[in-house]
Amino acid sequence: MINSLIQGILLGGYYALIASGLSFMFSVMRIINLAHGSLAVLAGYLLFVLAQRFGISPFYGLLIVLPVMAAIGFLLQRFVLDRSLRAGPLVPILATFGLAIVVDNLLFQQFGADTRSLAPYIGTLSYDSFELPGGIYVGALAVYIFVTAVVVLGGLQLLLSFTAIGRAIRATAEDPETAGLVGIDSRLVNAVAAAIALVTVGLAGAALGMRATFDAYAGGTQLLFAFEAAVIGGAGSVWGTLIGGIVLALAQSFGAQISPLGFLIAGHAVFLIVLFARIFLPRLILMRRRA
Amino acid sequence: MSTIAVENVNLHHGLLHAVRDLSLSVASGEVVALVGANGAGKTTLLRAIAGAHRPTSGKILLDGADITAVPGHQRVGRGIALVPEGRRLFAQMTVEENLLLGRMAGRPGPWTVDKVLETFPNLVARRTARAATLSGGEQQATAIGRALMSNPSVLLLDEVSLGLSPIAVDRVYESLGALMRSGTTIILVEQDLSRAMRVAGRVICMLEGRVALEGPTASLERERVTQAYFGLGHQARALA
Amino acid sequence: MNAGLDFRVERWTLASRSAVAGVVAIALALIAGPFVLGPGAMDRLTILFVYVILAAMWNALAGYAGLVSVGQQVFLGLGAYFTIRLADWGLNPFVSMVAAAAIVGIIAVPLSFPMLRLKNGEFAIGMWVLAELAHLLVNLDQLVKGETGTSLISLNAFDAPLRRATIYWLALAAMVALLGALFVLLRSRVGAAIQAIRDNEEAAASVGVRVLTTKRMIFVFAAFGAAMAGALWLATALTFQPKAYFSVNWTAYMIFMVLVGGIGTFEGAILGAVLFFLIETWFGAAGVWYLIGLGATALLFALVLPKGIWGAIESRTGLRLLPVGYRLDIRSLLTKKNGTT
Repeated sequence: MINSLIQGILLGGYYALIASGLSFMFSVMRIINLAHGSLAVLAGYLLFVLAQRFGISPFYGLLIVLPVMAAIGFLLQRFVLDRSLRAGPLVPILATFGLAIVVDNLLFQQFGADTRSLAPYIGTLSYDSFELPGGIYVGALAVYIFVTAVVVLGGLQLLLSFTAIGRAIRATAEDPETAGLVGIDSRLVNAVAAAIALVTVGLAGAALGMRATFDAYAGGTQLLFAFEAAVIGGAGSVWGTLIGGIVLALAQSFGAQISPLGFLIAGHAVFLIVLFARIFLPRLILMRRRA
Repeated sequence: MSTIAVENVNLHHGLLHAVRDLSLSVASGEVVALVGANGAGKTTLLRAIAGAHRPTSGKILLDGADITAVPGHQRVGRGIALVPEGRRLFAQMTVEENLLLGRMAGRPGPWTVDKVLETFPNLVARRTARAATLSGGEQQATAIGRALMSNPSVLLLDEVSLGLSPIAVDRVYESLGALMRSGTTIILVEQDLSRAMRVAGRVICMLEGRVALEGPTASLERERVTQAYFGLGHQARALA
Repeated sequence: MNAGLDFRVERWTLASRSAVAGVVAIALALIAGPFVLGPGAMDRLTILFVYVILAAMWNALAGYAGLVSVGQQVFLGLGAYFTIRLADWGLNPFVSMVAAAAIVGIIAVPLSFPMLRLKNGEFAIGMWVLAELAHLLVNLDQLVKGETGTSLISLNAFDAPLRRATIYWLALAAMVALLGALFVLLRSRVGAAIQAIRDNEEAAASVGVRVLTTKRMIFVFAAFGAAMAGALWLATALTFQPKAYFSVNWTAYMIFMVLVGGIGTFEGAILGAVLFFLIETWFGAAGVWYLIGLGATALLFALVLPKGIWGAIESRTGLRLLPVGYRLDIRSLLTKKNGTT
């Protein structure tokens, strides 16, 4: 019982990690990037190729892949999001969905239907574990991913609160025109924000590849997990995202005990329950607005 | 410090022709008041100078250089700062953060957060308060302070007294006094004609997108400005 | 003509009268399909009808109610599932199809309450979550046998030509009825409300348009239509594999059809469905590259031509074939004004 509780919380770290970029982008640009999960899977494949063909450990691989992801984010904002947002709030949904279809199928074209994993390339880390008092073992990798999520979420919070670029991002999010009047290049700022978001997507892709297997069409599921964690936690709040990830993962682990399909069913169900609760318990809505 | 010139500028809001073939120039260190009824095109003109509104035709020059195509955010770096109508503070951010945003353009100069707080003492206690919680006077002071933080050589002030109590207006203008004497070029839009004529060296009266009357404050009679304001004396034209 | 002001509010133009007459003529001609067409052609046309339904329903939701859903496969899949379920309980398979669509329409009512609170992208992915959940829940039914799936066996009781013709007529009738209902709906008071919401939701609410009620009506209608499409697809394919029916690829097809044809225009959705049908016929065999092409085309249209082909035609020529709105004819007013200045 306690064991599955702890495993659930640690898994929540992964969901929070992949949700962080999604909710960051949403709170800054009011865009939900439907290619979010597909891009995480893309990062996973890039790390896989570096490890398999060039023998570069995924940890060093990140030194290459994260800048690549940042560049993708920058270009994504410049050529897709910025342009489509000007055509109305619905167009970015369509554009990023189209992008997701392209990315998924290109990956399938390139890598086929086999599932891949980064686990073989990270040495003993894939099975190392820490022993907790009471004879409970927790996977070292899961702990590291959880810590990464906390660092990323905290880092995003600190960046937004205390740095000049963070202030510029918040100002642009609130009122892009006035941001321009005080000397902020809102297009550049949004592109930087997208680059930052995609760096977190790269980290999430690495985490996905190390802790599990993935295939070309895994992006959709990862997007849904990220979205559910972000919504459960209250979109836009950094620590809420962590809570959201944990709630989602706990629901899944309890669901898994009931039926093999229960893992996914319980995750989606808890998302819908939270959604219903938000609507029918107005007090909760008020709390969310205040937060 | 800097001169501003507007040459044959036309500005549109959709189908509305807000500013019609307007030309004017403001000398370095001059304080010019733009007056005119609502809808005369004053705010649109200031926004065009600041780069927030693209002219349909015509040129805007800063120190003789054509800046018509320069985007607004780059004009801040070149020394043009606008205190927009309605203040447009970032409501979710603190006073200090709003002020720091003014520094984004990276123009060197004397203004710091502390100096702004010195200039507007009413902000000292509100330094870490969110802009949304400020009084009207505090908001205005923050908006002006934010513009000053970019160390402008041309300051555009749009209706800084709107919605403020008379005491607050006095305080704002008192704080601006030193700035006006410091050599900063200032164009201000002001509804209060007497105040405009008191602080500005020159008054430009706009009517339906055109200059109806302009001249040095010293040689203008209030009566004539009022007439031009409402479009009564159509023939009234520049004195100087 | 108004006496005082020189303008005309018109709904019907010569072009639109002929177009509607043309559509009616085509529909009538299509009834004769089973008597003149071979089995292959009939099956393909049935599939075209299903695409038209899907495009029109997705367009009703996105183009008129401003609700972009990437989870409409939930209704498509449930429409197919309930058909199987009801048929298994002994109901006539054809009756099951319509009944299944009705059940899905009823289910959509309570679903609309939480979902319509979501905005833009949140609604889009929220619907996808629903689709995934429905997919999993359907798998719990023993009848479906998990991802292996099952078949609409009771259809085998009918001999092949009769079955094929009946499905063809049913698809044609469903398409005509759904398009007709949408056409009438958009021309009614509800239609005026929908257009007002599309133009400016807040302004619409401020003049008394019941935004949420109107959106709910469209949401339920679109769910019913998608479920009908799912039931028809099942009837042509006979087998029900949950994965195939709850696949997000359906959304990709719908987005492609509507985005390329012209989002928010009645004609655009139909045009998009026909184009998609042709592209699928010619390139469908290309597999993965075909899907990449669809995604890339949708992306390109979103960025370059967000109003689609029909939107571009309409704004350039003012052509409206199936008039669901009103148009203001101010040509005479403009010429007069230009004459004086």
